[in-house]
Amino acid sequence: MAKIKTYELETLSLHAGQRPDPTTGARATPIYQTASYVFRDTDHAASIFNIERTGHVYSRISNPTNAVLEERICALEGGIGAIATASGQAAMHLAIATLMGAGSHIVSSQSLYGGTHNLLAYTMPRFGIETTFVDPRDPEAFRQAIQPNTRLLFGETLGNPGLEVLDIPRVAEVAHQAGLPLMIDSTFTTPYLCRPFDLGADIVMHSATKFLSGHGVVIGGLLVDGGVFDWEASGLFPTLTEPYEGFHDLDFAEEFGPAAFITRARKEGARDFGACMSAMTSFLILQGLETLPLRMEKHVANARKLVHYLDQHEAVEWVVYPELPGHPDNELAKSLLPNGCGAVFSFGVRGGREAGQRFIERLELISHLANIGDAKSLVIHPASTTHHRMDAAALKAAGISEGLVRISVGIENIDDLIEDIAQGLKASQKSPSKG
Amino acid sequence: MQLEINGHDVYVATGNRIPDPQKETVLFIHGTGQDHSIWVLPTRYFARHDRNVLAVDLPGHGRSGGEPLKTVYEMAQWVIEVLDAAGLTDAAVAGHSLGSLVAIAVAALHPQRIRAIALVGTTVPMPVSDYLLERARENKHEAIEILTFWGFSKSAQLGGNATPGNWMLGGGLRLMEKARPGVIYTDLMACNEYREGMEHAKMVECPALLILGERDMLTPARSAVKLADALPNAEKVVLKGSGHALLAERPDTVLDQLIRMV
Repeated sequence: MAKIKTYELETLSLHAGQRPDPTTGARATPIYQTASYVFRDTDHAASIFNIERTGHVYSRISNPTNAVLEERICALEGGIGAIATASGQAAMHLAIATLMGAGSHIVSSQSLYGGTHNLLAYTMPRFGIETTFVDPRDPEAFRQAIQPNTRLLFGETLGNPGLEVLDIPRVAEVAHQAGLPLMIDSTFTTPYLCRPFDLGADIVMHSATKFLSGHGVVIGGLLVDGGVFDWEASGLFPTLTEPYEGFHDLDFAEEFGPAAFITRARKEGARDFGACMSAMTSFLILQGLETLPLRMEKHVANARKLVHYLDQHEAVEWVVYPELPGHPDNELAKSLLPNGCGAVFSFGVRGGREAGQRFIERLELISHLANIGDAKSLVIHPASTTHHRMDAAALKAAGISEGLVRISVGIENIDDLIEDIAQGLKASQKSPSKG
Repeated sequence: MQLEINGHDVYVATGNRIPDPQKETVLFIHGTGQDHSIWVLPTRYFARHDRNVLAVDLPGHGRSGGEPLKTVYEMAQWVIEVLDAAGLTDAAVAGHSLGSLVAIAVAALHPQRIRAIALVGTTVPMPVSDYLLERARENKHEAIEILTFWGFSKSAQLGGNATPGNWMLGGGLRLMEKARPGVIYTDLMACNEYREGMEHAKMVECPALLILGERDMLTPARSAVKLADALPNAEKVVLKGSGHALLAERPDTVLDQLIRMV
């Protein structure tokens, strides 16, 4: 698929999906803080309910502020349609629930955000959907794990927290040869660093809480449809290619063509599961999106400098960042992520778990919390927080050592960040008894 | 609904209704490289409002089999075959772009079968640049990009879709990317070679409504003035700010115009 050539990313980040409000002239996107919408008459109401006219019925299903955000992420990703959800987890669930039911199977990268691992490994099986986890560096492992009931392949652009670079073109090829779509969690990279649709992915999801927002004040998710996957040719997705009793026997692929998936996700998933985004949240994410290119450029620049600093530091045993020559995915990163490998990376403080904890507790500027992608720098110890449900074997399989520290590099002055890191590392190397 | 014409499967979206000869019929014809799905909103509206709806996939397009037809004349004859196959005597015909030329031709050549025409994003003649034709002949993606980027107004390229959450430009590209090799070239050639357009326009007896986009770069509104003048019983509306992709850019306004016409 060729790149969609229209306005460039910087322009789309500011404008896509929004025109000045026709009623008030407001330049900014208004916050349509309303649950529902007045119909002109009964026929108008029926027309909107029956998808004969455009418009909004109820903000669980669509909302004008959300629509701006949805269209903007679509434009940035080069997709066809999107749905704003209550969280990234809700976006993930919405995709799964739209594509499959009990008795289905997913093949997923084993290097995942802890919340996603929980959903796939522990919660979805209760609803009859099993997942096989595979090494993200091995596209053939994805192929070998596919079963007759597999309905989705899934991975993150950059594994969490090991930063394995997913070979999206090769995994997409594996998926498509089996008549399956590939969904990518692109939270770490955003469209500024990677557009998975251009690489062959079919569905993209984001935790919009992270870099897309940048301010860390809201929870939100986005599900984006690339519009390329041929659901009918696959023949494995009756929710999209057979009449749906829950909407007057609507056949989504027949009537909506390339937009079948995202239309079903809205008309059924948003309607029935109801994990919608609030208009206020959309508005706040839009404020962040306006500066996405500027922030991502600074995030990456700071991350590169910090990686270099840590890689040289005697109190640091190792640094994992795909741009480092020794990283296993260094060449792949150059190919797929030429503008940078994001601003989240891991390193090991010499001295193991206790030294790592002393490092974190001594930091004064960098915040210790469970999040990434804030404009402010953040740090966490995954083994005791985001991945605490995983046993030692599972941690090892996910590329997490007990002393691993994950940092999300913000856009502060790099000298200030390095100063804070330096005093933290100094403290980490002191014996607790002398401390 | 599946029909069979000349040994080929023909797909017609009917809004999940079986055509009833006692009811009035509206037949929709898509433009270059597209299919019935561009008419999804009017299809569903008119089906619920007690009309027979036939939103066709032209031969070789969408779900219809066979080779794409090479001339507007052949397409007009084929429309009559669709009505016959569906057991319907007459219809109002709405066409977009290439489809609008077919609407003119079928109304001119079969006046007893056509009771009204709506021409969305139209002009006659409808010349196509040599550059675009060559890119289409080579099945280059650039042809799709040209048709899409010129097809949407610059404002619409930024968004503001009336359909919540969908990006118009992405939708336009994806739909045309599904066209089989050679289809877009054949369609563009049919537009380019339709030289009988003005003569046919003068022959049209039924009411005609031209729905034009103020910012249409493919069939500029000003170029449709001669067509409107040639049609004996024509009315023209220009939708402010819209490009050629009127069904995407102004879906509800187009529907309102269609409701009063067809």
